[in-house]
Formats: sequence, C-alpha cells, structure tokens
Amino acid sequence: MKKFLAVLMIAVTGLVAFTADTPGYKVGDIATDFKLKSVDGKMVSLANYTSAKGYIVVFTCNHCPYAKAYESRIIALDKMYASKGYPVIAISPNDPVSEPADSFDNMKKLAAEKKYTFPYTIDETQNITRAYGAKATPHVFVLQKTDKGNVVKYIGAIDDDTENVNPNHTKYVENAVNALIGGKTVETTTTKAIGCSIKWKKGA
Amino acid sequence: MLLKRLFSAVLFLSFFSGAFAQSKTVNLLSIQQLNKRMSNPDTVYIVNFWATWCGPCVKELPNFDQLQTTYKKQPVKVLLVSMDFKSKLGEVKTFTKTRKLVSDVFLADKTNEQSFIDGIDKSWSGALPGTLVVNNKKHIRKFYEQEFTYNELNKLYQTNK
Repeated sequence: MKKFLAVLMIAVTGLVAFTADTPGYKVGDIATDFKLKSVDGKMVSLANYTSAKGYIVVFTCNHCPYAKAYESRIIALDKMYASKGYPVIAISPNDPVSEPADSFDNMKKLAAEKKYTFPYTIDETQNITRAYGAKATPHVFVLQKTDKGNVVKYIGAIDDDTENVNPNHTKYVENAVNALIGGKTVETTTTKAIGCSIKWKKGA
Repeated sequence: MLLKRLFSAVLFLSFFSGAFAQSKTVNLLSIQQLNKRMSNPDTVYIVNFWATWCGPCVKELPNFDQLQTTYKKQPVKVLLVSMDFKSKLGEVKTFTKTRKLVSDVFLADKTNEQSFIDGIDKSWSGALPGTLVVNNKKHIRKFYEQEFTYNELNKLYQTNK
C-alpha cells in the first residue's frame, strides 16, 4: 500500500509537471463532441449514443507496435463495457501522409480483419487530437455523460504492461470504468500513455 | 581428474567470455542498473532512449555514435537504451550488429512501464526518442523529449561537461 501510494504520488507530481505546459484535457474537464468519419463511411459523434452512460475514447492507429500490442485488449474493452453503457470509440490521430500505414484504406482493412465491434474513426484535421491533448497511441480518455456534458474521468494507458506478460498488472481503464459503473470515485485518474508519438501534419 | 575437469571448464568459460567481449552484446538493463551505471562523478553520461520501430530514433542514432567516437578520449559515456519490448531482444541484437553501433546498447528491463518512465524523468511522457544527460559532479540531470542533430548533441555535451 505504501509502495502504491509512493507510485501514485510520483504519478501525480508527474502529471502536474506534464500538464503545466501542455494543452489538452485534465481530469474533470468537459470533453468536446466530434464528428469523425468511421471505417464504415458513417460519421460518428458521441451524441449518437443516446443510451450511453459514458465513453472509452481511444486514440490508436494501425502502424504503432504499442497500438498493435493493445489491439485485442481494446476489442475486449468494447465487448466488456459497451453493453454496460461505456462503448469504445477509436480515433486514429495520425496524418496518413506522415505515416502511410495509417491511411483510411488501411484502417478499413484492419477493422475488417480484426472484426472491430466499435467505430474506428480518423481525425483528418487533427483538431480533436489537439483538443483532447492525445500524446501517443494508444491514449485513452474515459468520459462520463453528465448533465453538464461529457466529463473526463481518466486519461492515460490501458494498463501498465504493454507486453501483457505480468499476470498481476494494473488495469487502469477497467478499474476506472468499473468505478464509474459502481458509482464510485476513480482512484487512479491519470497515467502516462506510453506508445508512439502522434504523427502530426508537416507544418501544422 | 576432478581438478582437470574444473580446469578445462574454466578454460572453456574464459574462452567464451572473451569471445563475447569481442562481439557486441545487448543486455537487459533495469532502472536500478542504469542508475548504478551512471554513478561515476567524473563521467558525463548521455543516455538515449530509442526503439527499432521508431523512425526518428533510428535516424538520430548515428549522431550519438559520432559523439562517442569523437570524444572517446574524454570522460563521456553514451548509452543507447532500447525501449523495444523485452521479447524483441533478438531483433535489437541484430539491429545493433547490422547498424554497427559503437556505443553500449541495452534493452530496457521494465517490470512496470509507468515507474520506469517516471524513474528516468517525471516530465517524460514516454514518447520516443528521449535523451538524458547526467553529470554527477555538477549535479546535472536533464531530460529532453526531442530529436538531436549532431551539432545539437555536441552543444548539449559541451554545455553540460
């Protein structure tokens, strides 16, 4: 417990230093809605999900080894939580010119191949990526729908074990969503999103 | 008889350790091991965090090797710490060999990714590449989440040595 607290303290101090000079959301902020094109050609907005209680917004992509490592865990999150009111919405933040592997066509292929049960959208202007402050792929934002809007409840990694080798790893996103479903406070609200940097448009 | 066996075993082992010292190897490195490696007060440590899959990292690696080669007679030590997955040790070894890296190469041993990143620097988001400069005598420990050209890297060394 002491060790956990120490780690938490480090995480919190890290957060302060990290958010001080970085735009993007902090826990407690209201997240903006968006209208992004998904691989099935439809436009996706949070507001489309009338019965949702919240959202698991995941910035992820095709090419990144970290995104690949987490692919099946992202699919599992949607299977586990969509029916409980927290669907996964995946957003590819990368500029396909900078990273051709992340083109819309390649996104379509991957979603079909892996049988994504959730929308896989592309942030062509990168405005949503900037507004949320996504730093890496994958980067998760857990939102809770309230009267005031969609409140950010958790920002960071899916768990602390990308390679999925430690059976006792901490499942940050599951813990956060479980807390929200159970009407409890999210304990760990921010972690570092370890992964590949966002591939911004050149000159942006 | 036993002595003879022991003797040949020692001979065998020393031969192999010698062979390993000749060809470059890549070992796992925990945060504790890294801190221990950076503990000499008279040495400036420049530690680059990279990965075989990270384009900008691969591009800047020769600059770090160039710095190490240029100042091989000065107390500066370049450590190249790969953040590839632990299961990719073989690929990191192959990469090190084919790219003929001259600096010491390690593979990060992260039992917990979050604490490894925080242990290097609390301001580090985890994005690659990243570079750490340590000069214990001058109490310098600075982290840069950016890429370096050779000139920038040389400047970094000159201002922190």
